Amino acid sequence: MDSVKKENLNDKDIQLILGTLLRAGVIISMSIVLIGGAIFLVHHNGSITDYKVFKPELNKFSSIAGIFKGVLTFQGDAIVQFGILMLIFTPIARIVFAIFSFLIERDYLYVLIGFIILAIITVSLNGGLTH
Amino acid sequence: MSVLLFTIIVLIGAFLAGLLGSLTGLGGGVIIIPLLTLALNVDIHYAIGASIVSVIATSSGSAAAYVKEGITNIRIGMFLEIATTIGAICGAIVAVYLNANYIAILFGCILIFSAIMTLKKKVNHTTLDDTDKWARFFKLNGSYPDRGVDHPYAVKHIPGGFFMMLFAGTLSGLLGIGSGALKVIAMDNIMRLPFKVSTTTSNFMMGVTAAASAVVYLHRGQIDPGIAMPVCIGVLTGASLGSKVLLKTKTDKLKIVFAVVVVFLALQMIYKGISGL
Repeated sequence: MDSVKKENLNDKDIQLILGTLLRAGVIISMSIVLIGGAIFLVHHNGSITDYKVFKPELNKFSSIAGIFKGVLTFQGDAIVQFGILMLIFTPIARIVFAIFSFLIERDYLYVLIGFIILAIITVSLNGGLTH
Repeated sequence: MSVLLFTIIVLIGAFLAGLLGSLTGLGGGVIIIPLLTLALNVDIHYAIGASIVSVIATSSGSAAAYVKEGITNIRIGMFLEIATTIGAICGAIVAVYLNANYIAILFGCILIFSAIMTLKKKVNHTTLDDTDKWARFFKLNGSYPDRGVDHPYAVKHIPGGFFMMLFAGTLSGLLGIGSGALKVIAMDNIMRLPFKVSTTTSNFMMGVTAAASAVVYLHRGQIDPGIAMPVCIGVLTGASLGSKVLLKTKTDKLKIVFAVVVVFLALQMIYKGISGL
């Protein structure tokens, strides 16, 4: 009985940390998007938008390397994209955290499941399938 | 249109989409996409890229609250995420090669289906029969707290639910939406989960599912900062306001009015898609 109770307590702690992690990820990444957006608007005040036709080749920030390069030169749209990148990584960080917590609980089946999800996302992250 | 004007219009539209999406339970993504494509003439590929980013923001934001309350079944969520992430990546890859008109038609059909689903009366399918061998192996049976009382529940038909999730994930990746309606069918009707658990767990899974397809979209240049920025900020603020209003008001009438609007938007998208073929 005692061990069951302890496990439940663990679960509660994990849920609390998990919730905080998700919220922090959203707040931080959205703040970055907001800052980048302000810089972008100041710089592109007079420009005209045109999104009628999908032109992926015009997107300068479609790779992680490209985004970092743009952030270093302080371009607003690159900072927005960096914030979006952080937002994308928030649920991924959540999986990493879940793997650790299941490891502590010695629930190896779910450690494995966590790694499978990470592997699936990594495959797409490498762009192996997309180019 | 100037960049500033475009940003302001999208910001307001996304705010309304997030607000109504959370009040009706449809999600902001399904409303912002028709708005961008029909009203602002944005190519659907860009609209989908921006929408998927807003899905990650809203689902992670609200999942934070649910997870803390202990309603979300994290094991079911993670187990089914295998299916939804595989589906999401497949859907996102297919979307790249699919003509924008076909995507618009498919989107319209899913939109109508989701609107009908929000109006349908929910039937409780929960069970306490915890003999399912898959559920036992994956430790999916659980309990959730409600006003201080723990309600146990059991899970059934795991392979069926898993397969449905694969489909939900594919549509999510293909159309840039959370596809909450399909996820809830898989969990309520097939796997027999209580509503509270299925809606919060579906929401919990949405973030990872959307992240999987967002990665593909990013590589393909479908996530444009100029659109994604106002969309995700607008939808997120609208959705957070919506979830606060939701606690205080009844939304039954609103749901009907809104379903009619959504069906109208859906028909417009289907019409636009067909006339562009």
